[in-house]
Amino acid sequence: MMKRWQAVKRLLPLMAMFALVLSGCGREDLSVLRPQGPVAQGQLDLIKLSISIMIVVMVVVFGIAAYVLVKFRKKKGQDKIPEQVEGNHKLEIIWTAIPLLLVLVLAIPTIQKVFAYGENDWNDPDAVKVEVTSHQFWWEFNYPDYGVKTAQELVIPVGKKIAFQLKTNDVLHSFWVPSLGGKMDTNTEGSVNYMTLIADKADTYIGKCAELCGPSHGFMEFRVKAVDDATFENWVAAFKAPAVLPEDPALAEKFKTNCLSCHAVGDQGGAMGPNLTGMGSRETVASILLNDISGEPGSKPTKDNLVEWLSEPQAVKPGNTMPNPKDLGFTDQEIEQIADYLANYKLDY
Amino acid sequence: MDWLTTVDHKKIGILYLIAGGLFFGIGGIEAILIRLQLIKPMNDLVSAQVFNELITMHGTTMIFLGVMPVIFALMNAVVPLQIGARDVAFPFLNSLGFWTFLFGGLLLNLSWIMGGAPDAGWTSYTPLSTTEYSSTHGVDFYTIGLQIAGLGTLIGGINFLATIITMRAPGMSFMRMPMFTWTSFITSAMILFAFPAITVGLVLLSFDRLLGANFFDVAAGGSPVLWQHIFWIFGHPEVYILILPAFGIISEVIPTFSRKRLFGYSSMVFATILIAFLGFMVWAHHMFTTGLGPVANALFAIATMLIAVPTGIKIFNWLFTMWGGQIRFTSANLFAIGFVPTFVMGGVTGVMLASAPADFQFHDTYFVVAHFHYVIVGGLVFGLFSGLHYWWPKMFGRMLNETLGKWTFWTFAIGFHLTFFVQHFLGLLGMQRRIVSYLPNQNFDTLNFISTIGAILMGVGVLLFLANVVMTARKPSGVANDPWEDGRTLEWSIPSPPPEYNFKQIPLVRGLDAFWKEKMAGNKEMTPSEPLGPIHMPSPSILPFVMSLGLFIAGLGFMFSTEEFSNSFMSLIFNKYIVMIVGLVITFAAMIARSVFDDHGYHIETEELEGEGKA
Ligand code: HEM
Ligand SMILES: [Cu+2]
Repeated sequence: MMKRWQAVKRLLPLMAMFALVLSGCGREDLSVLRPQGPVAQGQLDLIKLSISIMIVVMVVVFGIAAYVLVKFRKKKGQDKIPEQVEGNHKLEIIWTAIPLLLVLVLAIPTIQKVFAYGENDWNDPDAVKVEVTSHQFWWEFNYPDYGVKTAQELVIPVGKKIAFQLKTNDVLHSFWVPSLGGKMDTNTEGSVNYMTLIADKADTYIGKCAELCGPSHGFMEFRVKAVDDATFENWVAAFKAPAVLPEDPALAEKFKTNCLSCHAVGDQGGAMGPNLTGMGSRETVASILLNDISGEPGSKPTKDNLVEWLSEPQAVKPGNTMPNPKDLGFTDQEIEQIADYLANYKLDY
Repeated sequence: MDWLTTVDHKKIGILYLIAGGLFFGIGGIEAILIRLQLIKPMNDLVSAQVFNELITMHGTTMIFLGVMPVIFALMNAVVPLQIGARDVAFPFLNSLGFWTFLFGGLLLNLSWIMGGAPDAGWTSYTPLSTTEYSSTHGVDFYTIGLQIAGLGTLIGGINFLATIITMRAPGMSFMRMPMFTWTSFITSAMILFAFPAITVGLVLLSFDRLLGANFFDVAAGGSPVLWQHIFWIFGHPEVYILILPAFGIISEVIPTFSRKRLFGYSSMVFATILIAFLGFMVWAHHMFTTGLGPVANALFAIATMLIAVPTGIKIFNWLFTMWGGQIRFTSANLFAIGFVPTFVMGGVTGVMLASAPADFQFHDTYFVVAHFHYVIVGGLVFGLFSGLHYWWPKMFGRMLNETLGKWTFWTFAIGFHLTFFVQHFLGLLGMQRRIVSYLPNQNFDTLNFISTIGAILMGVGVLLFLANVVMTARKPSGVANDPWEDGRTLEWSIPSPPPEYNFKQIPLVRGLDAFWKEKMAGNKEMTPSEPLGPIHMPSPSILPFVMSLGLFIAGLGFMFSTEEFSNSFMSLIFNKYIVMIVGLVITFAAMIARSVFDDHGYHIETEELEGEGKA
C-alpha cells in the first residue's frame, strides 16, 4: 500500500507540471509560458519539446523504479541468496542507444534555433535599431536612427524587428523580456552583443536584469511598450519636442543646476543618469515604484512615488549612484514641487 | 592534541566530517535566512547588501566547504579499507591537506566578522568583483580563502590518486576495484586538472584587487569574459567532482541492500570515465547568454546533451541491480533509492538547459536554481546521507538509530521537493535568481512561500540527523565487522571501527566484491596475502597544522596589505608585508623542519598484534 502511494506521489508532480505547462500560466506581460512574440514562441516550443521528451524519460524510469521497489522488496523468511547477475549486453546497448536517439531529436531543432536567433539584424534596413546600455541600476535606450535617447521605458513599434545592440557602462547585466524572448548579457566594450526581438501585439511588457549586478540587482526592471506604427512616430516626435521646465524660475534654476547635471529633459541636460523626458507618462518610478497609470494593484499616484524617490533614493534602490536631493539642498517643499512638475510632464502620443 | 597531530586516515576522515558538518551548518543557516527573506514580496528581513553576501557565502560555502569535506571524509574513511591498504600513500600530506582546507575555510568565514563578506556571487564575475564595485575586503577573503582551501583539496586529490594507484592489495586489479573507490579515483583525477584552473583565476583576481593588475579590466585591455571562461573551466568539472563520489556511494549501497552484485560493473566504470571526460568539455554551457556566437553555442549544447547518455546508463544499471534482488529499506538505502528519481529530475532539467535557445529563457532564473539544487542537494546530499548512514558503523563502531534515520529521510526529502520543485515554475514565470526581493502580484508570492516552508522542513531533517548522531555517540562502540550482514567489499571484513593499522595481514583479493566472494565460499575472513609480521606506522606530527596556520597568517597579511589603518603599528606590520612574511616564514620553517629531521615512524610488533587478536 505504502509503496503504491509512493509511486503516485512521484507521478503527481509530473502531472501537475504537464497541466501547468499546457494551460500556460503566469502574467501575459511577464511569463515565459505566455509568449507574445515569435522569438519567445520559438523558445517555448523548444521548451515544450524538451519537457515532453524528458517526461517520457521520467515516466519510464519512475515506472521501472516503482515496479522494482514493490516487486523485489525483501520478504520474511527469504534467505536464499539471489542470483548474482553480471549484466546484460543487450539491455545495456538498448539504454545507450535510446537516450542517444532522444538527444538527437532535441539536438536538431536546438541547432536550428541557435542559428536562427544568433542572426545579427543590426544592418537590416527594415529593423528598428536600439542601443541598450545598462547601468547600475537602470537602463538606457538609444535609437540612433531617430535621435532619441530614453531610459527605463522602451517604446517599440508592434510587428517590426527590433535589433538591439547591448552593452554595459559598468558591471555586467543581462537584458531580459521574458514574454518577448530570452535574455542576452550586456558586456563591456569589446564584447558587445546583438539580439533581435519582435512584439506581436500592443501591450506593455516587463523586462528584468538577470545578471547579479550589485545590491539593487533585483530592482533593476524596465518596461517595454509595444505600440502601433503611428503612435510610435508620434512618440518620437513628442519626445523630441523642446524641454519643458518648471514654471517657477527659481525652481527651474535649481532643477537645472542640480538635476540636469546628470539627467536630461528634452534637449537639455546630461546623460549620466536616466533621461526624465515625459516622466508623467511612465508606468514606474525607479522601476519598482508602480505608478497608477500602470493599472497595477497597489500602485500609487506618480507624484507620490516621485516624492518617495526624491526624499531618499537609497531607501528605494540601495547602492544606486544618485545623490540624495536633500544633501543637494532641496527642502521637502521643493521636492514636492519637483515631483509635481515631473508628474505633470507628459508626452502626448 | 592527539587530533591536531594525527596522520591516521580514519581520524582525518572524522576531522573532515566535523569540519564539513560545521560549514554545512553555516551554509544551511545562510540558506534559511535567504529563504526567510523571500517568504513574501518586498520583505525587509535583511538588507540588499547583506542578502548578496548571504547568497555568495551560501553558494561558496556549500560548494567548497560544505559538501567537499564530507566527500573527503568518506573517501578517507573508506577508500584505504576498500583497497586493502593500511593507510593512504602519504599520511603526512593527508593531514596537511585537511589543515590547509580548514584554515582556508575559516579565513573565508572570518569575513562575516571582519567587515563584509564577499558579495559578488559564488561565481564572482568581474567587474562586479573588482575593487571598483566591491570595495570591502569581502572578495579578498574569497580569493585568498579559496586559494588556501583549494590547495588542501588539491593535496588531498593527489594523495588519493597515489594511494589508489599504488596501494591496492594483491589481486585487486583496476577492474576489481569497488565502485566507490573508482569514483574517488576519477574525482581525484578531475581535482588534479580542475583546481589549478581556479587557482590561476583566483591568483589573477587577487592581483587585480591587491596589486592593481589589469587582467579583467577592459579599459586596460583585460576581459571580463576571460574570468568567466577560467571560472567555468573549473566550475563545471567541479560539479562532477562533487557528484561522482555520490554515484560511487549509490553503487555500494544499492547492491548491499539488494543482496546482488552491481549490474553492469564495467559499463559503470566506463560511464564514469566518460562523464568525467565530457565534464571538462562543456564549461561554456554556463555562458550561452554571454554572446559566444551560434557556433560555440551549438557545439557546447550538443556536448552537454551527450552527458545524458552515460548518466542514463548508470541510472538503468542501478535499477537493474535491484531487479531480482531482496531490497531492504534501511535509512541508508532509502537515501540511495531517493537519490535515483531526484537525480533523474535534476538530470532531465539539465538536458533542457543544454538546449541553448531555451536556455536564453532559463538562464539566471529560479529554473536554474531548481535544477542545480536537484542535482546537488537531491543528488549529492542524498548520496552523502546515504553514505554516512551506511558507513557510520564502520567509522564509529556504532549503528545510527534506524527509526530516526527514516524520519530524517522523510522530512528531508519532502522538505527538499517542496523547496525546489516549485522553483522551476518561479523561473518560467519570470523570476530571476539572486534577487533580494520581488514586487507583489507577479504570481511569485505563493510559490515562494511554499519554497520557504520546504526549506524549514529540510532544516528539521538535518537537525534530526544531528540528534541521531548525538544519541548514537552515547552508546558503547563495537558493532560486528559486517553489521549490515550483506557487506560485499573489504572494509566489512575487519573490525568496526578498524584498528589503526586496518589490516593485520593484507588480504588477498580473488575477485570483484572480494569479501562477498569469500563469504560465499564459506570463509569467515579474507585469506591473507602475507605472513603476520611487524607493521610500520608513520609518527604523528604537528607540522601540517603549523604550515597551514602559517599560510592562514600570510593570507591575512596579504589581504590587508593595502588597507589604511588608523593605528600606526597595524599599518606598519601590514603595509610593509611584515605579517605576510611572518606567516610565510612559519610555513617554510615547518617545511624545512619536515625535510631536515628524518622520522622513520614506528612499528607495531607481532606479539602486540597477536595479543589484540585474542582479546
Ligand atoms: C538547506 C538547503 C538549501 C536551501 C534552502 C538552499 C537555498 C538556496 C537559495 C534560496 C539560493 C539563492 C538563489 C539565488 O537567488 O541565487 C541558493 C543558492 C545557491 N545554493 Fe543553495 N540551498 C540549500 C542547499 C545548498 C547546498 C547543499 C548546496 C551545494 C552543495 C547549495 C548550493 C547553492 C549554490 C551554488 C547557490 C548559488 C549561489 C549564488 O548565486 O552565488 N545549496 N540556495
Ligand atoms: Cu543588473
